Amino acid sequence: MTTTLDTAPDSAPVDLEGNGQPLVDKTFRWILFLCLAVGIIFLAVLLAYVTIKGWPRLTPTLWENMPSIRRPERAGAQSAITGTLWVIAFTALFALPIGFLGAVYMEEYANPASRFTRFVEINIQNLAAVPSIVYGILGLAIFARALALGQTVITAGLTLALLVLPVIIVSTREALRAVPQNIRHGSLALGATLWQTTWRQTMPAAIPGMATGTILALSRAIGEAAPLLLLGAVSFISFNPTGPFSAYTTLPIQIFNWTKESREEFQILASATIVLLLVILLAMNAVAILIRNRTQKRW
Amino acid sequence: MSEIHEPDAPQSTSDMAMTGRMDVSAALEGVDISETVSNIVFDLANVRVFYGDFEAVRDVTMQIGRNEITAFIGPSGCGKSTLLRSFNRMNDLIPGARVEGLLAYHGFDIYAPDVDPIEVRRRIGMVFQKPNVFPKSIYENVAYGPKVNGMKVNMDDLVEECLTRAALWDEVKDDLKKSAYALSGGQQQRLVIARCIAVKPEVILMDEPCASLDPIATAKIEDLMKELAKDYTIVIVTHNMQQAARVSERTAFFTADVDANGVRHGRLVEYGPTRRIFTAPHDPRTEDYISGRFG
Repeated sequence: MTTTLDTAPDSAPVDLEGNGQPLVDKTFRWILFLCLAVGIIFLAVLLAYVTIKGWPRLTPTLWENMPSIRRPERAGAQSAITGTLWVIAFTALFALPIGFLGAVYMEEYANPASRFTRFVEINIQNLAAVPSIVYGILGLAIFARALALGQTVITAGLTLALLVLPVIIVSTREALRAVPQNIRHGSLALGATLWQTTWRQTMPAAIPGMATGTILALSRAIGEAAPLLLLGAVSFISFNPTGPFSAYTTLPIQIFNWTKESREEFQILASATIVLLLVILLAMNAVAILIRNRTQKRW
Repeated sequence: MSEIHEPDAPQSTSDMAMTGRMDVSAALEGVDISETVSNIVFDLANVRVFYGDFEAVRDVTMQIGRNEITAFIGPSGCGKSTLLRSFNRMNDLIPGARVEGLLAYHGFDIYAPDVDPIEVRRRIGMVFQKPNVFPKSIYENVAYGPKVNGMKVNMDDLVEECLTRAALWDEVKDDLKKSAYALSGGQQQRLVIARCIAVKPEVILMDEPCASLDPIATAKIEDLMKELAKDYTIVIVTHNMQQAARVSERTAFFTADVDANGVRHGRLVEYGPTRRIFTAPHDPRTEDYISGRFG
Protein backbone atom coordinates (compact mmCIF):
# COMPACT_ATOMS: atom_id res chain seq x y z
CA MET A 1 0.00 0.00 0.00
CA THR A 2 1.42 3.38 -0.93
CA THR A 3 0.61 6.58 0.85
CA THR A 4 0.23 9.72 -1.16
CA LEU A 5 -1.49 11.91 1.39
CA ASP A 6 0.25 13.83 4.14
CA THR A 7 -0.67 12.60 7.57
CA ALA A 8 -0.92 14.66 10.69
CA PRO A 9 2.49 14.64 12.43
CA ASP A 10 1.52 12.73 15.57
CA SER A 11 -1.19 10.43 14.16
CA ALA A 12 -1.20 6.84 15.37
CA PRO A 13 -0.67 4.14 12.71
CA VAL A 14 -3.91 2.72 11.37
CA ASP A 15 -4.20 -1.04 10.96
CA LEU A 16 -6.61 -1.82 8.16
CA GLU A 17 -5.51 -5.41 7.56
CA GLY A 18 -6.94 -6.94 10.72
CA ASN A 19 -6.26 -10.64 11.30
CA GLY A 20 -7.12 -11.76 7.78
CA GLN A 21 -10.09 -14.03 7.01
CA PRO A 22 -10.69 -16.31 9.98
CA LEU A 23 -10.27 -20.04 9.43
CA VAL A 24 -13.85 -20.76 10.52
CA ASP A 25 -15.15 -18.47 7.84
CA LYS A 26 -13.17 -20.23 5.10
CA THR A 27 -14.12 -23.69 6.35
CA PHE A 28 -17.78 -22.85 6.49
CA ARG A 29 -17.69 -21.50 2.97
CA TRP A 30 -16.25 -24.81 1.73
CA ILE A 31 -18.82 -26.87 3.63
CA LEU A 32 -21.63 -24.87 2.03
CA PHE A 33 -20.11 -25.32 -1.40
CA LEU A 34 -19.74 -29.10 -0.87
CA CYS A 35 -23.39 -29.44 0.09
CA LEU A 36 -24.39 -27.81 -3.14
CA ALA A 37 -21.87 -29.84 -5.11
CA VAL A 38 -23.19 -33.18 -3.79
CA GLY A 39 -26.64 -32.43 -5.18
CA ILE A 40 -25.41 -31.23 -8.53
CA ILE A 41 -22.89 -34.05 -9.00
CA PHE A 42 -25.44 -36.78 -8.30
CA LEU A 43 -27.89 -35.20 -10.72
CA ALA A 44 -25.20 -34.87 -13.40
CA VAL A 45 -24.06 -38.49 -12.96
CA LEU A 46 -27.64 -39.72 -13.17
CA LEU A 47 -28.33 -37.70 -16.30
CA ALA A 48 -25.10 -38.83 -17.94
CA TYR A 49 -25.77 -42.48 -17.03
CA VAL A 50 -29.28 -42.63 -18.49
CA THR A 51 -28.30 -40.62 -21.55
CA ILE A 52 -25.32 -42.84 -22.36
CA LYS A 53 -27.22 -46.02 -21.65
CA GLY A 54 -30.29 -44.99 -23.60
CA TRP A 55 -28.39 -43.31 -26.44
CA PRO A 56 -28.79 -46.20 -28.98
CA ARG A 57 -32.58 -46.00 -28.63
CA LEU A 58 -32.93 -42.19 -28.69
CA THR A 59 -34.24 -42.36 -32.24
CA PRO A 60 -37.60 -41.48 -33.80
CA THR A 61 -38.70 -45.11 -33.28
CA LEU A 62 -38.99 -44.23 -29.58
CA TRP A 63 -42.03 -42.07 -30.19
CA GLU A 64 -43.17 -43.60 -33.50
CA ASN A 65 -43.51 -47.23 -32.39
CA MET A 66 -45.78 -48.96 -29.92
CA PRO A 67 -44.47 -50.99 -26.99
CA SER A 68 -43.75 -54.64 -27.77
CA ILE A 69 -42.89 -57.55 -25.54
CA ARG A 70 -41.35 -59.76 -28.21
CA ARG A 71 -39.17 -57.22 -30.01
CA PRO A 72 -37.77 -54.72 -27.48
CA GLU A 73 -35.14 -53.58 -30.00
CA ARG A 74 -37.90 -52.06 -32.13
CA ALA A 75 -40.41 -51.16 -29.42
CA GLY A 76 -41.36 -47.52 -28.72
CA ALA A 77 -43.32 -45.53 -26.19
CA GLN A 78 -45.95 -43.89 -28.36
CA SER A 79 -48.95 -45.12 -26.38
CA ALA A 80 -47.30 -43.88 -23.17
CA ILE A 81 -46.66 -40.44 -24.67
CA THR A 82 -50.22 -40.05 -25.92
CA GLY A 83 -51.51 -41.54 -22.65
CA THR A 84 -49.54 -38.95 -20.69
CA LEU A 85 -50.97 -36.17 -22.85
CA TRP A 86 -54.53 -37.41 -22.39
CA VAL A 87 -54.18 -37.80 -18.64
CA ILE A 88 -52.50 -34.43 -18.14
CA ALA A 89 -55.09 -32.70 -20.30
CA PHE A 90 -57.86 -34.01 -18.07
CA THR A 91 -55.85 -33.15 -14.96
CA ALA A 92 -55.62 -29.54 -16.18
CA LEU A 93 -59.28 -29.52 -17.18
CA PHE A 94 -60.38 -30.43 -13.65
CA ALA A 95 -57.66 -28.83 -11.52
CA LEU A 96 -57.28 -25.39 -13.14
CA PRO A 97 -60.82 -23.99 -12.91
CA ILE A 98 -61.38 -25.36 -9.41
CA GLY A 99 -57.92 -24.29 -8.23
CA PHE A 100 -58.13 -20.77 -9.70
CA LEU A 101 -61.62 -20.08 -8.43
CA GLY A 102 -60.91 -21.58 -5.01
CA ALA A 103 -57.86 -19.34 -4.71
CA VAL A 104 -59.87 -16.30 -5.83
CA TYR A 105 -62.42 -17.01 -3.12
CA MET A 106 -59.75 -17.37 -0.44
CA GLU A 107 -57.85 -14.27 -1.51
CA GLU A 108 -60.51 -11.83 -2.69
CA TYR A 109 -63.80 -12.80 -1.06
CA ALA A 110 -63.21 -14.67 2.21
CA ASN A 111 -62.77 -12.72 5.41
CA PRO A 112 -59.11 -13.39 6.27
CA ALA A 113 -59.80 -13.11 9.99
CA SER A 114 -62.53 -15.76 10.13
CA ARG A 115 -61.79 -19.11 11.75
CA PHE A 116 -63.15 -21.00 8.78
CA THR A 117 -60.74 -19.30 6.39
CA ARG A 118 -57.77 -20.02 8.60
CA PHE A 119 -58.88 -23.64 9.04
CA VAL A 120 -59.13 -24.11 5.27
CA GLU A 121 -55.82 -22.36 4.73
CA ILE A 122 -53.90 -24.63 7.10
CA ASN A 123 -55.51 -27.72 5.62
CA ILE A 124 -54.66 -26.79 2.05
CA GLN A 125 -51.06 -26.56 3.10
CA ASN A 126 -51.34 -29.95 4.83
CA LEU A 127 -52.91 -31.50 1.73
CA ALA A 128 -49.92 -30.42 -0.34
CA ALA A 129 -47.77 -32.62 1.91
CA VAL A 130 -49.91 -35.79 1.73
CA PRO A 131 -48.03 -38.65 -0.03
CA SER A 132 -49.22 -39.21 -3.57
CA ILE A 133 -49.95 -42.91 -2.92
CA VAL A 134 -52.73 -41.79 -0.54
CA TYR A 135 -54.34 -39.92 -3.42
CA GLY A 136 -54.06 -43.14 -5.42
CA ILE A 137 -56.01 -45.04 -2.75
CA LEU A 138 -58.60 -42.27 -2.64
CA GLY A 139 -58.97 -42.23 -6.42
CA LEU A 140 -59.32 -46.00 -6.52
CA ALA A 141 -62.04 -46.00 -3.86
CA ILE A 142 -64.02 -43.02 -5.13
CA PHE A 143 -63.53 -42.57 -8.86
CA ALA A 144 -62.67 -46.10 -10.00
CA ARG A 145 -65.03 -48.04 -7.68
CA ALA A 146 -67.75 -45.85 -6.17
CA LEU A 147 -68.34 -43.79 -9.31
CA ALA A 148 -67.57 -46.85 -11.45
CA LEU A 149 -65.31 -44.93 -13.81
CA GLY A 150 -62.94 -47.91 -13.87
CA GLN A 151 -59.32 -47.93 -14.93
CA THR A 152 -59.62 -45.09 -17.40
CA VAL A 153 -58.02 -41.83 -18.46
CA ILE A 154 -60.69 -39.86 -16.63
CA THR A 155 -60.07 -41.61 -13.32
CA ALA A 156 -56.36 -40.84 -13.62
CA GLY A 157 -57.10 -37.20 -14.58
CA LEU A 158 -59.43 -36.69 -11.62
CA THR A 159 -57.00 -38.26 -9.16
CA LEU A 160 -54.00 -36.28 -10.37
CA ALA A 161 -56.17 -33.14 -10.32
CA LEU A 162 -56.82 -33.71 -6.60
CA LEU A 163 -53.10 -34.28 -6.13
CA VAL A 164 -52.02 -30.95 -7.68
CA LEU A 165 -54.99 -28.87 -6.53
CA PRO A 166 -53.35 -27.67 -3.27
CA VAL A 167 -50.22 -26.62 -5.15
CA ILE A 168 -52.28 -24.69 -7.72
CA ILE A 169 -54.36 -22.99 -5.03
CA VAL A 170 -51.30 -21.93 -3.03
CA SER A 171 -49.41 -20.59 -6.06
CA THR A 172 -52.49 -18.79 -7.44
CA ARG A 173 -53.09 -17.13 -4.08
CA GLU A 174 -49.50 -15.92 -4.06
CA ALA A 175 -49.90 -14.51 -7.57
CA LEU A 176 -53.11 -12.69 -6.56
CA ARG A 177 -51.51 -11.35 -3.40
CA ALA A 178 -48.68 -9.86 -5.47
CA VAL A 179 -51.16 -7.57 -7.26
CA PRO A 180 -51.01 -4.23 -5.43
CA GLN A 181 -54.01 -3.38 -3.27
CA ASN A 182 -54.33 0.07 -4.85
CA ILE A 183 -55.27 -1.50 -8.22
CA ARG A 184 -58.29 -3.10 -6.54
CA HIS A 185 -59.13 0.11 -4.71
CA GLY A 186 -58.84 2.15 -7.91
CA SER A 187 -61.32 -0.14 -9.60
CA LEU A 188 -63.77 -0.27 -6.67
CA ALA A 189 -63.63 3.53 -6.31
CA LEU A 190 -64.98 3.80 -9.87
CA GLY A 191 -68.08 1.90 -8.87
CA ALA A 192 -66.96 -1.51 -10.14
CA THR A 193 -68.27 -4.55 -8.29
CA LEU A 194 -65.94 -6.97 -6.55
CA TRP A 195 -66.55 -9.48 -9.34
CA GLN A 196 -65.70 -6.92 -12.07
CA THR A 197 -62.60 -5.86 -10.15
CA THR A 198 -61.44 -9.45 -9.74
CA TRP A 199 -62.23 -10.53 -13.28
CA ARG A 200 -61.00 -7.45 -15.16
CA GLN A 201 -58.14 -6.14 -13.02
CA THR A 202 -56.81 -8.52 -10.39
CA MET A 203 -56.84 -11.78 -12.36
CA PRO A 204 -55.34 -10.38 -15.60
CA ALA A 205 -52.57 -8.80 -13.54
CA ALA A 206 -51.95 -12.13 -11.78
CA ILE A 207 -51.91 -14.36 -14.89
CA PRO A 208 -48.11 -14.61 -15.24
CA GLY A 209 -47.75 -15.82 -11.65
CA MET A 210 -50.70 -18.17 -12.05
CA ALA A 211 -49.24 -19.64 -15.26
CA THR A 212 -45.87 -20.27 -13.63
CA GLY A 213 -47.42 -22.08 -10.66
CA THR A 214 -49.72 -24.09 -12.91
CA ILE A 215 -46.97 -25.33 -15.20
CA LEU A 216 -44.85 -26.43 -12.25
CA ALA A 217 -47.84 -28.22 -10.72
CA LEU A 218 -48.67 -30.03 -13.97
CA SER A 219 -45.08 -31.07 -14.50
CA ARG A 220 -45.24 -32.67 -11.07
CA ALA A 221 -48.36 -34.57 -12.17
CA ILE A 222 -46.62 -35.79 -15.34
CA GLY A 223 -43.85 -37.35 -13.30
CA GLU A 224 -46.18 -39.21 -10.91
CA ALA A 225 -46.23 -43.01 -11.07
CA ALA A 226 -47.34 -44.15 -7.62
CA PRO A 227 -51.05 -43.18 -7.65
CA LEU A 228 -51.46 -44.42 -11.23
CA LEU A 229 -50.02 -47.83 -10.33
CA LEU A 230 -52.84 -48.22 -7.82
CA LEU A 231 -55.41 -46.90 -10.26
CA GLY A 232 -54.52 -49.60 -12.73
CA ALA A 233 -52.69 -47.92 -15.51
CA VAL A 234 -52.13 -50.76 -17.92
CA SER A 235 -48.59 -52.13 -18.03
CA PHE A 236 -48.72 -53.23 -21.63
CA ILE A 237 -50.86 -51.37 -24.10
CA SER A 238 -50.21 -51.12 -27.79
CA PHE A 239 -52.82 -48.56 -28.82
CA ASN A 240 -53.33 -44.87 -28.15
CA PRO A 241 -56.19 -43.79 -25.84
CA THR A 242 -59.29 -43.01 -27.84
CA GLY A 243 -61.21 -40.95 -25.29
CA PRO A 244 -61.77 -40.23 -21.60
CA PHE A 245 -63.03 -43.77 -20.93
CA SER A 246 -60.17 -45.52 -22.69
CA ALA A 247 -57.49 -47.61 -21.01
CA TYR A 248 -54.12 -45.90 -20.90
CA THR A 249 -50.53 -45.97 -19.76
CA THR A 250 -48.18 -43.08 -19.05
CA LEU A 251 -44.45 -42.51 -19.38
CA PRO A 252 -43.53 -43.12 -15.71
CA ILE A 253 -45.61 -46.33 -15.69
CA GLN A 254 -44.03 -47.51 -18.94
CA ILE A 255 -40.56 -46.82 -17.55
CA PHE A 256 -41.42 -48.68 -14.35
CA ASN A 257 -42.60 -51.72 -16.27
CA TRP A 258 -39.63 -51.85 -18.62
CA THR A 259 -37.12 -51.62 -15.78
CA LYS A 260 -38.72 -54.75 -14.29
CA GLU A 261 -37.89 -56.74 -17.41
CA SER A 262 -34.69 -58.77 -17.30
CA ARG A 263 -33.57 -58.37 -20.92
CA GLU A 264 -30.88 -55.75 -21.53
CA GLU A 265 -32.79 -54.24 -24.48
CA PHE A 266 -35.61 -53.23 -22.15
CA GLN A 267 -33.13 -51.54 -19.79
CA ILE A 268 -31.81 -49.48 -22.70
CA LEU A 269 -35.34 -48.66 -23.80
CA ALA A 270 -36.23 -47.56 -20.25
CA SER A 271 -33.20 -45.26 -20.11
CA ALA A 272 -34.12 -43.67 -23.42
CA THR A 273 -37.67 -43.12 -22.19
CA ILE A 274 -36.38 -41.55 -18.97
CA VAL A 275 -34.40 -39.06 -21.06
CA LEU A 276 -37.55 -38.30 -23.05
CA LEU A 277 -39.57 -37.72 -19.86
CA LEU A 278 -36.84 -35.50 -18.43
CA VAL A 279 -36.71 -33.42 -21.61
CA ILE A 280 -40.49 -32.87 -21.42
CA LEU A 281 -40.29 -31.84 -17.73
CA LEU A 282 -37.30 -29.54 -18.25
CA ALA A 283 -39.03 -27.93 -21.23
CA MET A 284 -42.13 -27.24 -19.13
CA ASN A 285 -40.05 -25.74 -16.32
CA ALA A 286 -38.14 -23.64 -18.85
CA VAL A 287 -41.43 -22.24 -20.15
CA ALA A 288 -42.45 -21.41 -16.58
CA ILE A 289 -39.17 -19.57 -15.96
CA LEU A 290 -39.51 -17.77 -19.29
CA ILE A 291 -43.00 -16.53 -18.43
CA ARG A 292 -41.78 -15.36 -15.04
CA ASN A 293 -38.83 -13.46 -16.47
CA ARG A 294 -40.80 -11.92 -19.32
CA THR A 295 -43.42 -10.51 -17.01
CA GLN A 296 -41.35 -9.26 -14.12
CA LYS A 297 -43.19 -6.84 -11.81
CA ARG A 298 -44.50 -3.81 -13.60
CA TRP A 299 -45.23 -1.89 -10.45
CA MET B 1 -42.20 25.27 -1.58
CA SER B 2 -41.30 25.71 2.04
CA GLU B 3 -42.96 23.47 4.55
CA ILE B 4 -44.63 24.83 7.60
CA HIS B 5 -42.14 23.04 9.82
CA GLU B 6 -39.38 25.37 8.69
CA PRO B 7 -40.03 28.75 10.26
CA ASP B 8 -36.69 30.01 8.96
CA ALA B 9 -37.56 29.51 5.34
CA PRO B 10 -36.50 32.67 3.50
CA GLN B 11 -39.80 33.49 1.82
CA SER B 12 -41.70 33.86 5.07
CA THR B 13 -39.32 36.35 6.68
CA SER B 14 -41.24 39.59 6.22
CA ASP B 15 -44.49 38.31 7.61
CA MET B 16 -42.92 36.11 10.22
CA ALA B 17 -41.09 39.05 11.70
CA MET B 18 -44.28 40.89 12.48
CA THR B 19 -46.90 38.29 13.26
CA GLY B 20 -45.07 35.01 13.62
CA ARG B 21 -47.57 33.61 11.14
CA MET B 22 -46.69 31.79 7.98
CA ASP B 23 -47.16 33.99 4.95
CA VAL B 24 -49.82 32.37 2.88
CA SER B 25 -51.61 35.61 2.04
CA ALA B 26 -49.96 35.66 -1.37
CA ALA B 27 -51.54 32.31 -2.09
CA LEU B 28 -54.99 33.27 -0.87
CA GLU B 29 -57.28 34.07 -3.71
CA GLY B 30 -60.88 35.04 -4.25
CA VAL B 31 -63.32 36.96 -2.17
CA ASP B 32 -64.46 36.39 1.36
CA ILE B 33 -67.23 33.85 1.55
CA SER B 34 -69.87 33.25 4.17
CA GLU B 35 -69.18 31.04 7.18
CA THR B 36 -72.33 29.06 6.47
CA VAL B 37 -72.35 26.62 3.61
CA SER B 38 -75.14 27.02 1.12
CA ASN B 39 -75.95 24.30 -1.41
CA ILE B 40 -74.98 21.45 0.89
CA VAL B 41 -73.68 18.21 -0.69
CA PHE B 42 -72.41 16.43 2.41
CA ASP B 43 -73.98 16.97 5.79
CA LEU B 44 -72.10 15.36 8.66
CA ALA B 45 -73.59 15.20 12.14
CA ASN B 46 -71.53 13.67 14.96
CA VAL B 47 -69.67 11.33 12.60
CA ARG B 48 -67.35 8.86 14.30
CA VAL B 49 -65.16 6.36 12.47
CA PHE B 50 -63.96 3.20 14.21
CA TYR B 51 -61.45 0.51 13.35
CA GLY B 52 -62.66 -2.29 15.61
CA ASP B 53 -62.66 -0.75 19.09
CA PHE B 54 -60.33 2.08 18.13
CA GLU B 55 -62.08 5.38 17.51
CA ALA B 56 -60.01 6.98 14.74
CA VAL B 57 -62.22 10.03 14.22
CA ARG B 58 -64.53 11.44 16.87
CA ASP B 59 -67.53 13.57 16.53
CA VAL B 60 -67.23 15.51 13.30
CA THR B 61 -70.04 17.89 12.39
CA MET B 62 -69.64 19.88 9.19
CA GLN B 63 -71.19 20.68 5.83
CA ILE B 64 -69.52 20.53 2.45
CA GLY B 65 -70.75 22.84 -0.28
CA ARG B 66 -71.44 22.14 -3.91
CA ASN B 67 -68.84 23.18 -6.51
CA GLU B 68 -66.48 24.21 -3.76
CA ILE B 69 -63.02 22.90 -2.99
CA THR B 70 -62.82 21.89 0.63
CA ALA B 71 -59.38 21.15 2.09
CA PHE B 72 -58.72 18.90 5.09
CA ILE B 73 -55.46 19.82 6.83
CA GLY B 74 -53.80 18.68 10.00
CA PRO B 75 -50.88 16.66 11.36
CA SER B 76 -50.36 12.98 10.47
CA GLY B 77 -52.69 10.59 12.27
CA CYS B 78 -55.43 13.16 12.80
CA GLY B 79 -57.96 11.06 10.89
CA LYS B 80 -58.47 13.33 7.89
CA SER B 81 -57.82 10.57 5.31
CA THR B 82 -59.96 8.16 7.30
CA LEU B 83 -62.83 10.64 7.27
CA LEU B 84 -62.37 11.26 3.54
CA ARG B 85 -62.50 7.54 2.80
CA SER B 86 -65.77 7.22 4.67
CA PHE B 87 -67.40 9.69 2.23
CA ASN B 88 -67.51 7.05 -0.54
CA ARG B 89 -67.51 3.99 1.71
CA MET B 90 -63.97 2.97 0.82
CA ASN B 91 -63.51 2.25 4.53
CA ASP B 92 -65.87 -0.69 4.04
CA LEU B 93 -62.90 -2.49 2.48
CA ILE B 94 -60.99 -2.45 5.76
CA PRO B 95 -62.22 -5.28 8.00
CA GLY B 96 -63.60 -3.92 11.26
CA ALA B 97 -64.11 -0.35 10.04
CA ARG B 98 -67.49 1.23 10.83
CA VAL B 99 -69.06 4.65 10.86
CA GLU B 100 -71.45 6.06 13.47
CA GLY B 101 -73.44 9.26 13.33
CA LEU B 102 -75.06 10.69 10.25
CA LEU B 103 -73.15 11.11 7.01
CA ALA B 104 -75.70 12.39 4.53
CA TYR B 105 -75.21 12.95 0.81
CA HIS B 106 -77.95 15.24 -0.54
CA GLY B 107 -79.95 14.37 2.53
CA PHE B 108 -79.58 10.58 2.15
CA ASP B 109 -77.65 8.67 4.78
CA ILE B 110 -74.99 6.83 2.79
CA TYR B 111 -74.58 4.32 5.63
CA ALA B 112 -78.26 3.37 5.62
CA PRO B 113 -78.68 -0.43 5.35
CA ASP B 114 -80.33 -0.35 1.91
CA VAL B 115 -77.59 1.77 0.30
CA ASP B 116 -75.39 0.02 -2.27
CA PRO B 117 -71.75 1.13 -1.81
CA ILE B 118 -71.17 0.53 -5.53
CA GLU B 119 -73.73 3.23 -6.37
CA VAL B 120 -72.21 5.59 -3.80
CA ARG B 121 -68.75 5.18 -5.31
CA ARG B 122 -70.01 5.78 -8.81
CA ARG B 123 -71.32 9.19 -7.76
CA ILE B 124 -68.41 10.01 -5.48
CA GLY B 125 -65.09 9.37 -7.21
CA MET B 126 -61.68 9.16 -5.61
CA VAL B 127 -58.10 10.04 -6.50
CA PHE B 128 -55.43 8.37 -4.39
CA GLN B 129 -52.10 9.47 -3.00
CA LYS B 130 -50.07 7.22 -5.27
CA PRO B 131 -51.18 7.38 -8.92
CA ASN B 132 -52.77 3.92 -9.20
CA VAL B 133 -53.21 3.57 -12.96
CA PHE B 134 -54.30 0.13 -14.13
CA PRO B 135 -51.75 -2.07 -15.93
CA LYS B 136 -53.54 -1.37 -19.22
CA SER B 137 -53.39 1.16 -22.04
CA ILE B 138 -54.15 4.85 -21.52
CA TYR B 139 -57.38 4.45 -23.47
CA GLU B 140 -58.53 1.44 -21.44
CA ASN B 141 -57.77 3.20 -18.18
CA VAL B 142 -60.29 5.91 -19.03
CA ALA B 143 -62.81 3.54 -20.65
CA TYR B 144 -62.80 1.09 -17.74
CA GLY B 145 -65.18 3.00 -15.45
CA PRO B 146 -67.88 3.64 -18.10
CA LYS B 147 -67.62 -0.02 -19.21
CA VAL B 148 -68.11 -1.55 -15.76
CA ASN B 149 -70.97 0.85 -15.12
CA GLY B 150 -72.64 -0.14 -18.37
CA MET B 151 -72.73 3.44 -19.70
CA LYS B 152 -73.98 3.57 -23.28
CA VAL B 153 -71.76 6.23 -24.80
CA ASN B 154 -69.45 6.80 -27.73
CA MET B 155 -66.33 5.62 -25.98
CA ASP B 156 -63.83 7.37 -28.26
CA ASP B 157 -65.53 10.72 -27.70
CA LEU B 158 -65.78 10.18 -23.97
CA VAL B 159 -62.09 9.24 -23.68
CA GLU B 160 -61.08 12.33 -25.61
CA GLU B 161 -63.40 14.56 -23.56
CA CYS B 162 -62.13 13.25 -20.21
CA LEU B 163 -58.47 13.41 -21.18
CA THR B 164 -59.00 16.96 -22.44
CA ARG B 165 -60.69 17.99 -19.20
CA ALA B 166 -57.82 16.44 -17.26
CA ALA B 167 -55.36 18.54 -19.34
CA LEU B 168 -53.67 15.42 -20.65
CA TRP B 169 -55.07 15.00 -24.17
CA ASP B 170 -52.39 16.99 -26.00
CA GLU B 171 -49.65 14.96 -24.36
CA VAL B 172 -51.09 11.50 -25.04
CA LYS B 173 -53.39 11.77 -28.05
CA ASP B 174 -50.95 9.86 -30.28
CA ASP B 175 -50.17 7.21 -27.65
CA LEU B 176 -53.60 6.10 -26.47
CA LYS B 177 -52.69 2.44 -26.99
CA LYS B 178 -49.51 2.72 -24.95
CA SER B 179 -49.29 1.34 -21.44
CA ALA B 180 -50.25 3.85 -18.77
CA TYR B 181 -47.07 2.86 -16.96
CA ALA B 182 -45.07 4.68 -19.63
CA LEU B 183 -46.38 8.03 -18.34
CA SER B 184 -44.63 10.20 -15.75
CA GLY B 185 -46.00 10.40 -12.21
CA GLY B 186 -47.75 13.72 -12.84
CA GLN B 187 -49.28 12.44 -16.09
CA GLN B 188 -50.41 9.26 -14.34
CA GLN B 189 -52.17 11.32 -11.68
CA ARG B 190 -53.96 13.36 -14.36
CA LEU B 191 -54.89 10.08 -16.07
CA VAL B 192 -56.39 8.90 -12.77
CA ILE B 193 -58.41 12.14 -12.64
CA ALA B 194 -59.57 11.59 -16.23
CA ARG B 195 -60.53 8.01 -15.34
CA CYS B 196 -62.45 9.33 -12.34
CA ILE B 197 -64.50 11.93 -14.25
CA ALA B 198 -65.29 9.40 -17.01
CA VAL B 199 -68.03 7.87 -14.85
CA LYS B 200 -69.55 11.36 -14.44
CA PRO B 201 -69.41 11.63 -10.66
CA GLU B 202 -70.65 14.66 -8.76
CA VAL B 203 -67.92 14.66 -6.15
CA ILE B 204 -64.19 13.98 -6.43
CA LEU B 205 -62.36 13.01 -3.25
CA MET B 206 -58.60 13.55 -3.40
CA ASP B 207 -56.36 11.93 -0.81
CA GLU B 208 -53.06 13.85 -0.91
CA PRO B 209 -53.07 13.78 -4.72
CA CYS B 210 -49.75 15.63 -5.04
CA ALA B 211 -47.82 13.89 -2.27
CA SER B 212 -45.68 11.93 -4.74
CA LEU B 213 -45.32 14.68 -7.37
CA ASP B 214 -42.72 17.40 -8.02
CA PRO B 215 -43.67 21.11 -7.80
CA ILE B 216 -44.33 21.49 -11.55
CA ALA B 217 -46.64 18.49 -11.70
CA THR B 218 -48.27 19.71 -8.48
CA ALA B 219 -48.97 23.13 -10.02
CA LYS B 220 -50.65 21.43 -13.01
CA ILE B 221 -52.87 19.34 -10.75
CA GLU B 222 -53.80 22.42 -8.71
CA ASP B 223 -54.76 24.37 -11.85
CA LEU B 224 -56.79 21.37 -12.93
CA MET B 225 -58.59 21.22 -9.57
CA LYS B 226 -59.66 24.85 -9.84
CA GLU B 227 -60.89 24.22 -13.38
CA LEU B 228 -62.81 21.10 -12.32
CA ALA B 229 -64.41 22.86 -9.35
CA LYS B 230 -66.72 24.62 -11.80
CA ASP B 231 -68.51 21.33 -12.39
CA TYR B 232 -67.52 19.13 -9.50
CA THR B 233 -67.44 19.26 -5.74
CA ILE B 234 -63.91 18.53 -4.58
CA VAL B 235 -62.69 17.47 -1.15
CA ILE B 236 -58.92 17.31 -0.81
CA VAL B 237 -56.72 16.02 1.99
CA THR B 238 -53.33 17.70 1.98
CA HIS B 239 -50.26 18.05 4.17
CA ASN B 240 -49.23 21.11 2.25
CA MET B 241 -50.79 24.19 3.82
CA GLN B 242 -49.82 26.39 0.92
CA GLN B 243 -51.74 24.06 -1.32
CA ALA B 244 -54.81 24.33 0.88
CA ALA B 245 -54.45 28.13 0.79
CA ARG B 246 -53.97 28.16 -2.99
CA VAL B 247 -56.82 25.96 -4.11
CA SER B 248 -59.53 25.70 -1.48
CA GLU B 249 -62.53 27.80 -0.62
CA ARG B 250 -62.97 26.20 2.76
CA THR B 251 -60.50 24.56 5.09
CA ALA B 252 -61.09 22.12 7.91
CA PHE B 253 -58.33 21.76 10.46
CA PHE B 254 -58.07 18.42 12.25
CA THR B 255 -55.83 17.39 15.07
CA ALA B 256 -55.30 14.36 17.25
CA ASP B 257 -56.24 14.24 20.92
CA VAL B 258 -54.29 11.86 23.09
CA ASP B 259 -56.52 10.18 25.64
CA ALA B 260 -55.59 8.82 29.09
CA ASN B 261 -54.29 5.57 27.55
CA GLY B 262 -52.03 7.33 25.08
CA VAL B 263 -54.31 6.51 22.12
CA ARG B 264 -54.70 9.20 19.46
CA HIS B 265 -58.16 10.18 18.26
CA GLY B 266 -58.68 12.54 15.37
CA ARG B 267 -61.07 15.44 15.79
CA LEU B 268 -62.18 18.49 13.86
CA VAL B 269 -60.89 21.66 15.49
CA GLU B 270 -62.02 24.41 13.20
CA TYR B 271 -63.78 24.72 9.88
CA GLY B 272 -64.43 27.81 7.84
CA PRO B 273 -63.58 29.85 4.78
CA THR B 274 -59.91 29.29 3.91
CA ARG B 275 -59.08 32.99 4.01
CA ARG B 276 -60.51 33.33 7.50
CA ILE B 277 -58.82 30.14 8.78
CA PHE B 278 -55.43 31.34 7.61
CA THR B 279 -55.76 35.00 8.62
CA ALA B 280 -57.98 34.99 11.70
CA PRO B 281 -58.33 31.50 13.19
CA HIS B 282 -60.63 31.31 16.19
CA ASP B 283 -58.95 28.38 17.89
CA PRO B 284 -55.43 28.76 19.32
CA ARG B 285 -54.57 25.23 18.10
CA THR B 286 -55.27 26.25 14.51
CA GLU B 287 -53.20 29.37 15.04
CA ASP B 288 -50.31 27.27 16.40
CA TYR B 289 -50.47 24.81 13.52
CA ILE B 290 -50.59 27.27 10.67
CA SER B 291 -47.89 29.42 12.24
CA GLY B 292 -45.66 26.37 12.49
CA ARG B 293 -45.47 26.11 16.26
CA PHE B 294 -46.52 22.47 16.25
CA GLY B 295 -47.40 19.68 13.88
